This record gives sequence, C-alpha cells and structure tokens, in this order.
Amino acid sequence: MGVLQYVGKRVGIYLAVLFIGLTVTFFLPRLLPTNPIDAYIGQLQARANGQLTSEAIAQLRTSLEELYGLKGDLFSQYLSYLNRVVRHLDFGPSFTYYPTSVSSMILTALPWTLGLLLISTIIAWILGNLVGVVAGYFHTRRAATVLEVVGILLYPIPYYILAVSVILLLAYVIPIFPLSPTFPVGQLTPQMFGSIIYNSTLPALTLVLAGFGWNILSMKALAVATTEEPYVTFARLKGTSNWTRMVRYVFRNAMLPQVTALALSLGTVFNGALLTEILFSYPGVGLLMRTAASSGDYDVLYGAITLSIVAVATAGLIIDLVYPLLDPRIRHR
Amino acid sequence: MSDIRDTAVSPADLAASEATPEAKPVRRDRASWLWLLNTRLVLGLIIILIFIVGSFVLPFFAPHDPAQQATYMKNLKITPAHWLGTTALGQDTLWFLIFSIRNSLILGIFVGLGISAISTAIGLSAGYIGGAYERIVMLIVDSFITIPLLPILIILGALIRGNNNFFTIGLIIVIFGWAWNARTIRSMVLSLREREFINMARFSGAGTLAILVREVFPYVSAYLVVGFINTILFAINTEATLAVIGMSKVDVPTLGSIIFWALNYNALFTGNVVWLVAPIVATITLFLGLFLTSTGFNAAFASRRGVA
Amino acid sequence: MIRLNNVVARYTTVRGSINAVDGVTLEIPDGCILGVAGESGCGKSTLMKLIYGDVTSPMSLASGSIEYGFADGKGRAITSDNIRDVWFNRISYIPQSSMNSLNPVVKIGKQFVDFPGSDPDKKRVLAQVREYIGKLGLPAETLDAYPHQLSGGMRQRVMIAMATFFSPDLILADEPTTALDVVVQKDILLLLMDLQEQMGNTILLVSHDMGVHYQVTTRMLIMYAAKAVEYGDSESVFQAPLHPYTRMLISSLPTIGDDRARDGIPGRPPSLWQDLHGCRFADRCPLATARCRAEEPMLVEHKPGHWAACHYAGELADRAEAA
Repeated sequence: MGVLQYVGKRVGIYLAVLFIGLTVTFFLPRLLPTNPIDAYIGQLQARANGQLTSEAIAQLRTSLEELYGLKGDLFSQYLSYLNRVVRHLDFGPSFTYYPTSVSSMILTALPWTLGLLLISTIIAWILGNLVGVVAGYFHTRRAATVLEVVGILLYPIPYYILAVSVILLLAYVIPIFPLSPTFPVGQLTPQMFGSIIYNSTLPALTLVLAGFGWNILSMKALAVATTEEPYVTFARLKGTSNWTRMVRYVFRNAMLPQVTALALSLGTVFNGALLTEILFSYPGVGLLMRTAASSGDYDVLYGAITLSIVAVATAGLIIDLVYPLLDPRIRHR
Repeated sequence: MSDIRDTAVSPADLAASEATPEAKPVRRDRASWLWLLNTRLVLGLIIILIFIVGSFVLPFFAPHDPAQQATYMKNLKITPAHWLGTTALGQDTLWFLIFSIRNSLILGIFVGLGISAISTAIGLSAGYIGGAYERIVMLIVDSFITIPLLPILIILGALIRGNNNFFTIGLIIVIFGWAWNARTIRSMVLSLREREFINMARFSGAGTLAILVREVFPYVSAYLVVGFINTILFAINTEATLAVIGMSKVDVPTLGSIIFWALNYNALFTGNVVWLVAPIVATITLFLGLFLTSTGFNAAFASRRGVA
Repeated sequence: MIRLNNVVARYTTVRGSINAVDGVTLEIPDGCILGVAGESGCGKSTLMKLIYGDVTSPMSLASGSIEYGFADGKGRAITSDNIRDVWFNRISYIPQSSMNSLNPVVKIGKQFVDFPGSDPDKKRVLAQVREYIGKLGLPAETLDAYPHQLSGGMRQRVMIAMATFFSPDLILADEPTTALDVVVQKDILLLLMDLQEQMGNTILLVSHDMGVHYQVTTRMLIMYAAKAVEYGDSESVFQAPLHPYTRMLISSLPTIGDDRARDGIPGRPPSLWQDLHGCRFADRCPLATARCRAEEPMLVEHKPGHWAACHYAGELADRAEAA
C-alpha cells in the first residue's frame, strides 16, 4: 500500500504548491506602489485619443476591478479570483487584441512552447545520460575525460549566451540557418511542417546544449559511484557482459536520481525555454509574455504566469508519478 | 523523513566525486593553506581575480562615461585607439564591457549575499528544527521553486516600468531566488544530523567545540562557499537574462545589457561582430572561472575530510 | 585436483609493488571443503581472487600458475589463462554481502539467467531454477520478487542457489555468514554442506571466524603475511596444530567448560612493503630463534597429509604426541 500513500502525498503536495503559487500571483499587483488599473486606463485613453466615452471607461474600470479582484475586501477578492481562474480559466480579454480572450491567445501559443520544451528536454536528458553513463562506466579511459570536459564547458554557460552563440555560429559564420527565423502560423499543413522544423532547429539546439552538459556530468558521477557497488562487481564475477552490466546494472540504477533531478530542474528549464523563445521570436508563451510586457497587456501576463506555474507543477507531478514505475523499492514496500 | 527528491545529485556531490584523482591524500599542516589548492581552484581563482581587479580598478582610468552615446564614431573596427572597436551608439566597446563586468559583479555579489543569508537561515532552521516547521517551510520552498522566475520578472518588470532601478531588480531576484539554495542547505543539514558525532557531542559535553571546528565546519563551509559562488552565478545570470530581453534597466552597462544593445542594433547585420562576441567571451570566461572555483573548493574540502 | 604452482599475486601501485600472495604451492583434492583462515591482510582474499581468476589491475599473477583439473564444455583443460570463460559454470562464487550483491531494480529470476554461463534458453532454465530453489527452502515466488522484499537469510540462499545451480566443480565462498545472525548462519552452513555432499564439488571457504572453520571444513589452510604456514586435514590441524601461529589462532576459540582467559595474539603482521627475510612470524613467535630470523621455513609435510612452514614443527609435533 506504499504506492497509494506515495501517490496521495505527491498529489497533495502538488495541489498545495499550486495553491501557494496562485496566491502569490494574486498578491503580485497588490505589492506595488502603482495602481495598475489607473495606468492601464491611462494608456487606453492615450491610445484611443479621447474617443472613449466616460461610460465605456467606467465599464472597463469595473470589469478590470473584478478581474483583479480589487472590489470588496481582500478575502472576497481572493475567492472571486480563485473562482474565475480555477473554474473558468478566465483571465479576461487581452488589452492589445481586445476582445480576444487571454485564454485563447495562450492556448494558441502553448502547443509551440510544449513542443519545443518536450522535445528538447527529452533529447537532452536521454543523450546526456547515455553519454554520461558510458563516460562513467569506462571512466578510466581517456575518452571519458574528454566527454567530461565537454560537460564542464557546456554546463556553466547560460541560456542567452548559448542562444546568441548558436545564432553566431550557425546563422552567421556558417549560414545554414536563418538569422531571423520566421514561423508560419495558422493551420498546420505538411508543407509548413518542414519549415517549422527548419526554423525551430536553432532554438531546440540551444535548449539541448543547455541541458546536455549537466546531464553528462551528473550521470558520469553517478555511474562511477554505481559501478563500484557490490552488485555490479558480483555481476562482473558472474561473467555478465559489459553491455548488460552497463545498461541493466549501472544505468537502470543510476538513472533514478537523474529522474528526480529532472523534476527539480523543471523551473530552470522552463525559464530557459521562455528566454530562448523570446530571443528567436518563436511564437510560444515566452514571446507572448514579452510582447504583452511592452504593451502593458496585464491580463495576458497574469494568464501566462498562472499557466507557467501550472505547467511546471504538473510536469513535476507527472515525473513524480512515473518514478515508482522505475524503482521497485517504492512500488512494493 | 527524506524524500526521493533528496536523492538527486547536487553540484556539491558532483565535485566531491571528482575529488579522488586531484586530491592530495597527504595531510598537511593546518597552518599552510596548500591543501586547499588544486588545479581547478587555482585556475578558477586566477580568472576571477583578473576579472575583479580589472573591472574594479580600470574604471578609474576611463576617459569618458562609457554609457554616454555618440562619444566616438559609430561602428569602428578594432584599432589601437579602440581595442574592441565602437558600438552603433558611438561608445567604446572595451570600456563599456569593463564597466559591464563591474556592474554585473557588484550586483552578483550583493544578491549572492542576500540569497545566501536568507536561504542559509531558512535551510539551517528547517533541517535542524524538523517536524511540522520543516514540512511547512519545505512546502513553501517547493512552491517557490515551482514558480518559474522569468515570468515573474517579466511581469514585475512590466509593472514597475519607470521605477525600474538596479536595486529593485536585485531585490526581486533575492525574493524569488532563495528557494533552490535553501533546499540544498537543508539536505546538507539532514545528512549532518545523521552523523554520529552530533550525538557524541551531546553525550560528552566537553570537546563539543573541538568537534564542531574539526568536523562540522569543513563540511558546512564547503556547502556555504560553493552555495555562495553558485548564487553569484545565478544572480549575474538572471540580471543578464532580463537585460538581454530588454526588461531591465538597460542604460546601465551590464553583461546582459551590452548583448541587448548589440542585438537590437543588429550587430550581425551591420558586421560589428565584436560588439556581440566580446561580451559572450567575457561572460563564458567569468562563469567558467566561477564554476571552476566552486568545484575546486568542493574538491579541496572533500579531500580534506577524506571524501566522507 | 586443483594445483597451485608457486603462485605470486602482485599489487603494483605508484608507490611500488607488494606481493599479497608470495609463492604458494598446494594441491587441493576434489570434493573437500577447504577453509582458509588468517588475520586481515594475510592474503586469503587475494588468494581467493587468484583462484577465481578475478585478476585485474593493479593486481597481477606475477608468477606461477594454477591448474584446475576440470575441463570446459568443449573438453579444454582449464588453467589460470582461461578460467574466466567458465565463470558460474564450472566455478562460482558466493560473496560476503548478499544484501548488496543483487541488483535492486531487477527481479531475482532475471538475475539467474543474465550471465553467459547460463543456457541461452532462458525459459527452460527458469523453470529448472524454480524447481531447484524449492529444494533450498525458497518459495517459487522468490523468482518474481525484488531483492528488497526478501530477508537477509533468504537472500543468502538465493546467492547459494545461483552459485550451485549449474553444478560447478569449485565454489568459492567469501565470508558467507559474516553479515548474518547466528541462527541463520547455522542454516546457511548446513545448506552448503548438504549441497556439497550431494554434488561432490570442492568448496573454498574464507573466514576469519575459526568457529565456522571448525564446524564445516574438511581441510584447512592457514595463511600469514602472504605465505601458507599450515595445511592439512581439519581434524589434524585443530587437534594437533604444527605451526605456532595456528596454535595461537585455535587457542583463541572458546570451548564450553573452559574458563581460562582468552589471549589475543600480541603484535601485528609485518608490513609487506619492506624486504622480508626469514620466517615472517618470527617477531611474534614465542619460540623464535636466530635460525628462524635468518632462514625462511618452507612448507614441509611433517606428518602425512599435514604440512607446516616452521623449522621446529616436527619437534613440536613429537612433543605434543609425547604429552
């Protein structure tokens, strides 16, 4: 019955984390000296050049106050906020693209982000760990040190540096990829697919390189430690082949902490993905946020951050739930 | 009660495992600091030292305020007068870079101190006190870890436009950046609690101080030093990330803002590649230096305590 | 018959090299249970490794050879050069710590068949294994379980099952009972002896626990400072030890009814890093003479089937008989 307990605990933490995250988001605008609604309306008026009637402004003000929950006392504000967000996923209309709803804008951008994130994270994890386990298992050979140095060189380099370097090297020095990628939007057709892949390669490459280095280093360390475990030695003394030992004995055990590490790194990976999107003008949530930030489209920003918190927390939960499938010691107490 | 999340490899564990080939097994006299040195640490410290001395001392010799635009001709190539050329805004690239490094380092160190202070206090207390306190605190820590920093920074950047100053940005990074380090420190405390000498100290009374100094301190200080350096990395990184996308105060020269300007003035299209490459090289070198120092310290401490 | 011909096992490090086993020549008859005893660092574990064929850098077989007296499936005689090919087929190994010797994330059954010594037809083998472990007192479900679900005693039985399933000619057991409590220890030992009786293989048992040796073994080898100092039938060695060191080891065994204080053996073995002359036990031996320090005693058959490496072994034997 350990599994049920485990799942229950994980889901409980998940909900608590979501709750705290939403609460923090709720309090964000209230921590600031400026009243965002006034600023908002001020901008609106400036853009409309006085074409808005005072009724329209009053209506807008009411609607905004409702959204930000600035009506009534703090507690009822909080409840109505939670209600709107959790039950209806309603973040209101976008300011820049009024009356398009924020939810729809986010839902358009989301698949792009998810696609990029999932593919590059999975590739970085698998590739990095495979290289790491080989380097760790054969750590006495020269080649292993070389691989480790590759990891050491890649690991401390921040996302934006990687992104810019990738652009420099593969779009400028050796112009294989476009300097300013363009992404076809609208209905997905097979012809567009190729173009999407082509233009997405650089941002994906950036993300893979960023995660790759750490995975190599940590997996190598784990593999070295695991190879010295008695059960690996015993397998050797049974005559088990190098391949079987490396895969079934070392890798299967060493990858467990790596799965956990992946769960912990999701926040960072997500940040990196958003940043990369912005730098490459990739039409995901990151770019959405950046554009919204400069045009003061607060609804979009709040929608996006709520979504980010949910995405990261959910991904973490999924990984946590997958873990027992990999480790029988958790599965059968 | 430990969690599967505590099984993940942290940078501290990583460096400890590397310790063996480098470590000098012979015990040295406590007075000499030679035991501390290994290749990585020396290399890392040299790099950092060059950066710190260079960026803090050289600005006194700057002919002009490097951020001021139109001081020189635009987009000049590398010449003896301008070692890295000039930018599209008429600034000397080299001086701008030097000031950038200085500002990034200042921000990094202060934010690093702030985060280290908070996370150490929280991590230590959570690990040591335990019980319900620990559970609640770790829940909050996990939540903060889950909240992705960049969107928060973007929102806050948008909200306080105009009131955007350097100090505010630093403060925000501290507020949202302390969580990760707190978790690491707490795991350290947990593993420390399981070691027998804590109980021995309680039972024996006398000699507690000696035990603390000889055993606890090297262990703890390794984590603290490594943690501090990592937070500096994190802080410089985060500010630069913000600057690169234009959400920070980009008039102030920092490693991030220089890249921002280069990108926005299409350095690649106009052929002023140096403007873009110079900060990249500087950043990579600085980060490499910090990273080497961090793992170097760790290896030194690990060998000192016998890779326990 | 297993023949050790003046084997020398050398560890080569940056500091220099030492011979952890320094010239051992023995004949081990088939079907015996040979106990190897001695203090830590005497070379018994290294000797085990040598015999098993687990010779990896920095250890090497500097000189000498081993003939095993059995052949592989194709009729090739097995020597120290090709012993690795028949691991867990003609020769097997029971490790000290069963707790940690099984892969925690793989089912027990799988670990029975994932080495080349086993038959490629896994299903058939597994069915046979299922039957076999029943004889050892393990339920059939064991094969579908994971290591952490079994108790320490059960795990040790699994190790024994693995080591004996393919009916090897030689089984090496390295402190097989050290990690277990006394009750389980007895079970395991009985099991080992049972199996040996049924299969007629040779067992090499390394232990620092003289009590275990006394109960289980048929022959004894005593090692000291990389040398073999006494070798013979267990009964003979225990009742009338010829070497002073053996005598001291045995006197450390408690016997019921004997209330005398137990003496430890004062001093410690000589460091193998230095050049050693003469008898290596001389510094701690109460009977040492100048001859002992100058001339190294060879392993000589002082009584039929009973060897000892001591200049005065013969005299001591006579004196003991006379007493």
